[in-house]
Amino acid sequence: MFKKIALIAATTLSLSGGAALAAGAEGHIEDFAFSFEGPFGKYDTNQLQRGLQVYTEVCAACHGLKYVPLRTLADPGGPEIPENQVRAFAAQFDIYDPALDDYRPRTPKDHFPESGLENAPDLSLMAKSRAGFHGPYGLGINQLVKGMGGAEYIASILTGYTGNDKEEFGTVFYENTAFPGGWIAMPQPLWGDDVVYEDGHSTELEHVAEDVSAFLMWAAEPKLNQRKQAGFTAVFFLTVLTVLLYLTNKRIWAPVKARAKGKPAE
Amino acid sequence: MSGIPHDHYEPKSGFEKWLHVRLPVVGLLYDTIMIPTPKNLNWMWIWGIILTFCLALQIITGVILVMHYTPHVDMAFASVEHIMRNVNGGYMIRYLHANGASLFFVAVYLHIFRGLYYGSYKAPREVTWIIGMLIFVLMMGTAFMGYVLPWGQMSFWGATVITGLFGAIPFVGEAIQTWLLGGPAVDNATLNRFLSLHYLLPFVIAALVMVHIWAFHTTGNNNPTGVEVRRTSKEEAERDTLPFWPYFVMKDLFALGLVMVIFFAIVGYMPNYLGHPDNYIEANPLKTPAHIVPEWYFLPFYAILRAFTADVWVVQLTSFITGGIVDAKFFGVIAMFGAIVVMALAPWLDTSSVRSGRYRPMFKWWFALLVVDFIVLMWVGAMPAEGIYPYISLIGSAYWFAYFLIILPLLGVIEKPLPQPATIEDDFNAHYGSAKSGATPVANPAE
Repeated sequence: MFKKIALIAATTLSLSGGAALAAGAEGHIEDFAFSFEGPFGKYDTNQLQRGLQVYTEVCAACHGLKYVPLRTLADPGGPEIPENQVRAFAAQFDIYDPALDDYRPRTPKDHFPESGLENAPDLSLMAKSRAGFHGPYGLGINQLVKGMGGAEYIASILTGYTGNDKEEFGTVFYENTAFPGGWIAMPQPLWGDDVVYEDGHSTELEHVAEDVSAFLMWAAEPKLNQRKQAGFTAVFFLTVLTVLLYLTNKRIWAPVKARAKGKPAE
Repeated sequence: MSGIPHDHYEPKSGFEKWLHVRLPVVGLLYDTIMIPTPKNLNWMWIWGIILTFCLALQIITGVILVMHYTPHVDMAFASVEHIMRNVNGGYMIRYLHANGASLFFVAVYLHIFRGLYYGSYKAPREVTWIIGMLIFVLMMGTAFMGYVLPWGQMSFWGATVITGLFGAIPFVGEAIQTWLLGGPAVDNATLNRFLSLHYLLPFVIAALVMVHIWAFHTTGNNNPTGVEVRRTSKEEAERDTLPFWPYFVMKDLFALGLVMVIFFAIVGYMPNYLGHPDNYIEANPLKTPAHIVPEWYFLPFYAILRAFTADVWVVQLTSFITGGIVDAKFFGVIAMFGAIVVMALAPWLDTSSVRSGRYRPMFKWWFALLVVDFIVLMWVGAMPAEGIYPYISLIGSAYWFAYFLIILPLLGVIEKPLPQPATIEDDFNAHYGSAKSGATPVANPAE
C-alpha cells in the first residue's frame, strides 16, 4: 500500500501539485435554494407532497426507500399526508408476509419498498450520504457556509444531463455535469412535464428536480424541523443561563478583584 | 488531601459525627470541593470541567443508545436508522453522542496543549500527566470503536485500515490482527467485541479521571505563572489561593454554559458537519470508498502514520539496519504511537527549570510552531496522499518529534528565562491593578 502511495506521489508531483484535486473530476453542483436551509429553514409541506408524487411516479420504478416507514408520511414536519390517504397509498405496494406465507398489501406500519433494480441504490439516505460542497483545499468552509449540499447534489444530477452517451463493455453511460467523473449509469430520469401537479405548480425540469430532492432530504432527515426547533430552544435557554452565570461569577469575584486593586472589599 | 495548608472538614451535627467515624465520605467531598486553587488561573483552566461534562454526556447518551441498538452486521445500520426515525428524541440523543465525541476531543486537545505551554507536566505533576496521556489513548480507542458501531462504509473501512496496522507488526502481526478482529476480517465478531469494549472503556476512563484528579489534588494545581503556592503557613497559602467552591465552580460553569451554546447550535443546525457522508451508506465489504478518512480528531496522528513512506531515507535506513523487519508500514505504525509516547515523556525531556512558557522567550515560539504543526497535520491528514501532501506530512511529523526529542531538551540549556513573579499573589495583583506587595516584574500578565 505504501509503495503504491509513494508511486502515486512521485507521478503526480511530476505533473503538478494538486492536479488530482482539480474541479473537473468532482462535478459541478448547482447551489439550489431550498426552504430547509439555514438555522430557521423548514421543509415546505407542499413541496414534499409534490416530491413524493415525483418519487412515486418516476423514481420508484427502480429505486427504493427501505428505511422510511410509510406512516411517517403523516408525521408533522413531513409531507403531512392525511392518515387515510397514507393507508391507501401504502396498500398499492405488496409485501411478502412470512406469517401468512403470502403477499399482502402494505400498511402504514410497513416501510417503503426496496429498490427493484439491483444496481439502483436505495434512496432513503441518499441526501445525507452525498456531499455537494467540498473544500476549498479540504478546509470545509464551503460546507460551513452553504451546508452539506446533499439535496443540491441530487438536484444537480437530475438537471445535469447533457444528452451525450457512450457504451463501455456493454454498459451505456450518460454524460452528466454533476456526477463525479462525468459519466453516470442512470439514464436521464426527468425531462420536465413528467408529472401533473394538482396544485398547478410548474413542472419544468428544474422544479420537478428540486421537489423530489427536497422530498429525498426529508426521507433522509425526517426530524429536521424538530431538530432545529430543539436546537433553538436549547441555544436560547443556555444563553440566558450563561448570562446569569456570567453575572453570578462576576459578583462572586468582585471583592477578590477589588482587594487586588488595593480598594477595600465591599 | 492537598499539601497546601487549609481548613479541613469538621463534622458538626450528631449524624455527621456518627458517619464521619464510620465513613469519612462527607469529609472527602468537602476537601475535594473546597481545595485551595491558585487564584490566578486563566480561561485555559476550564477544559477539565468541560471534559468531565463530556464524559458524563457520552455515558448517559450512550447508555440510552444501547437500549435501541442491535450489534449485528445485518441489523446495526438499520437499528441506527430506527433510532433516528422511530425512537422518541432518538435523533437528538444520537447527534448529541456523535458530536459529543467531537467536543470531547476539542476539549482534550486544548487541555493537553494548555499543559504543554504552562509546563503542567513538570515535577511534581508527572503522574497526573502520565495518567492524562493514558486517558487520552483510551479515549482514542473508545472513539474509534464507537465509530465502527453504526456499520457505515467509513465504519467498516476505517476499522479495516486501523486494525490492519497491527498486522504490520513483524512475525506476530497477523495473529494479533486475527485475535483483535475475532476472525480473518472485520465481521460480526468484530462488531460485537467493539460494542462490548466501547461500553466498558468509558468506565475505565471514569476511574482514571478520579485518579487524575486525586493526583493533582495531591500536588495542587499548576497555574499560569508556574510558581508554586506558598505552603509555609495557612495565611500565606490563603493569599495565593481561593477555595474551588464557589470561585472556580462558578467560573467553570459559566465557561461550560458558553461551550454548550456553541455545542447545541452545532447539534441543532449542522449535526452532520463533522461526520463523513459515506457513513450514511451501509457497510459493504466488496466496495472500497474512494478516500478512507478517519474522524477529524485522528487526522494529525493519521498524517504521521502515512508520512513515513518507503522512499524516506530514515525508513530505508531503519529497514536496512533491521534487515527488513521494520518496513515502511511498521515504521509508520511505530511513528504514530511514538508521537504519543514522546508527548507522554515530556516531563523528562524538558530540561528547563522554569515551568511556565510565559517566562520562556524562546520556548514560546517553538510551542506556537507546535500548535501550527498540529493544525497542519490535521489538515494534511484529510488530503489524499499524493502531490505535495506527503511532503507536508513528513515535515510536520518531523517537527512533532523534533519538538519533544531535540528542542525541549536543548531549550532548557540555551534559553535565558525571564524573571518570574515571586508569588501567585503578586501575579494576581499585578493583573488586576496595583501591585500591593513587592512589585516583581511580570512579563505577560494579561494572558
